[in-house]
Amino acid sequence: MSSNQSAKPVRTGPWADAVFGWLAKGAAWLTLALLASIIFSLVVGAWPAIERYGLGFLTSPVWDPVQEDFGGLVMIYGTLATSLIAVLIAVPVSFGIALFLTEMSPSWLKRPLGTAIELLAAVPSIVYGMWGLLVFGPILAEYVQMPLQSLFNGVPYLGALVSGPPVGIGILSAGIILAIMIIPFIAAVMRDVFEVTPPLLKESAYGLGSTTWEVVYKVVLPYTKAGVVGGIMLGLGRALGETMAITFVIGNMNQLNTLSLFQAANSITSALANEFAEAASGLHQASLIYLGLVLFFITFVVLTLSKLLLRQLRKAEGAKA
Amino acid sequence: MSELDEVRRAHFARRKRVNVVALALSLAAMAFGLFWLFWILWETFRLGIAGMTLATLTQMTPPPNEAGGIANAIYGSFLMVLLATFVGTPIGIMAGIYLAEYNPKGWLAEVTRFVNDILLSAPSIVIGLFVYAVVVARFKSFSGWAGVMALAMIVIPVVIRTTENMLQLVPAGLREAAYALGAPKWKVITSITLKAARAGVVTGVLLAVARISGETAPLLFTALNNQFWTSNLNDPMSSLPVTIFKFAMSPYENWQQLAWAGVLLITVTVLGLNILARVVTRNKG
Repeated sequence: MSSNQSAKPVRTGPWADAVFGWLAKGAAWLTLALLASIIFSLVVGAWPAIERYGLGFLTSPVWDPVQEDFGGLVMIYGTLATSLIAVLIAVPVSFGIALFLTEMSPSWLKRPLGTAIELLAAVPSIVYGMWGLLVFGPILAEYVQMPLQSLFNGVPYLGALVSGPPVGIGILSAGIILAIMIIPFIAAVMRDVFEVTPPLLKESAYGLGSTTWEVVYKVVLPYTKAGVVGGIMLGLGRALGETMAITFVIGNMNQLNTLSLFQAANSITSALANEFAEAASGLHQASLIYLGLVLFFITFVVLTLSKLLLRQLRKAEGAKA
Repeated sequence: MSELDEVRRAHFARRKRVNVVALALSLAAMAFGLFWLFWILWETFRLGIAGMTLATLTQMTPPPNEAGGIANAIYGSFLMVLLATFVGTPIGIMAGIYLAEYNPKGWLAEVTRFVNDILLSAPSIVIGLFVYAVVVARFKSFSGWAGVMALAMIVIPVVIRTTENMLQLVPAGLREAAYALGAPKWKVITSITLKAARAGVVTGVLLAVARISGETAPLLFTALNNQFWTSNLNDPMSSLPVTIFKFAMSPYENWQQLAWAGVLLITVTVLGLNILARVVTRNKG
């Protein structure tokens, strides 16, 4: 500061401005280039597998590194099934949290409680993984899986869903842990969009004698619909791409024999985490990269949808303001 | 008449009941969320504190069933996180400046914002794949530099997002006043707007550091792992998360013990940085 003031005024020519502008523009271009080169390098890396299997890769359940025959169905199923479970659990809970934070919580509690939920998102996924494998899994097996099995034993469909070894590892435990991990993301978006609902709308509803629940369910929720769905999509995108937590608890088995939720399975991310560093270059590696490309494509679509929905809400809000 | 009253009263009672049930469920959801946070923290401390000895912090990663520590992993993590932050932050800040100050409504800014949001939530393991293809496969060796690159790619979108948001909060009057004094644009940005948004930008960097300190997936096939202390970034380099992964999945008791100590260390660091980031914005933002 003081050195600037004491120095005599220095005239910088237009070149300094130009250089700075180009640096800023270059950094923006670099970001675009990053995404483009990610996609390009994935396609190039996966090309041997794409050439060999085409789209049939997506529906073939064989994964046999010894015979060099690869298909991605098991992992794609694992990724989608765990993410679906996660969203089913996380959405109602996140809605409840957002409702609590926006309508019920005393204002002095809002900030600490909101921060606590956000910290849930900050916990590294490897911590979730280790905790899930060594602490949560055994408890889930003993107090949830075994009772469920004895309850539904012999019941059609439900019995099949809960068959398999109740060891606390598999699709269900991966789904539950994913749910805990995405709750903060969905809850944060829901809270933020609930807060942009014009107070006038809410006050009118309260003035007509609505209960808190009716205000949220019939006024706030319809108004913020697009944003809520966008938040859910954001959570889904997170769940699909989550790696370490799943790798710990899914069991890493490349077979798909039953629809049981207790069965060990595999997901795209955990297959990559476990096999890629050791995979011989060639078809095995190319197939793994192909899986990565499929994952990137799915998350790309989901995140794009999320962004479009959230933007729609922002536009509507802008139009009214 | 009284019958109608009766119906009305019943209806009103039902609405109130629904309301009470819904609010109770919402309270339960809040408790559910907090429950997991406290359970995870509790177990991390309970199981990690026993392994937090001086040896853990000063010795190298041991073979199975031998005494040792995780010093090389801590050092590797520290080095890679530090370098990745130094590489990623300037790029992120410059791109954030472009988005907020140069042409916020132009097509390049719109596309960059969109791409940045994708990168922000993209699976980090895919970034590992990318760096593997570009660096590791080309130079035929896992290396610390590859790890740094992968982590830097995670820093960039976080910093871009916060920098842009924070610069937008700077009042236009401040910029106009500086222009009116004849300052060139780069000077206005570096000494006025960026300075005004300093606390927010620092928050973004802290959050980015917190994020990459816990990242495992992008390091698995870039920096790989190393049993020994190394500062040579051309060699494979161990990191705390990857070491935890390897040790936690093993059946050896002493490895698992060290993994818990590592988990405690990483959780405290990451949550500490997150809380610090919030304090910085609250005081100055």
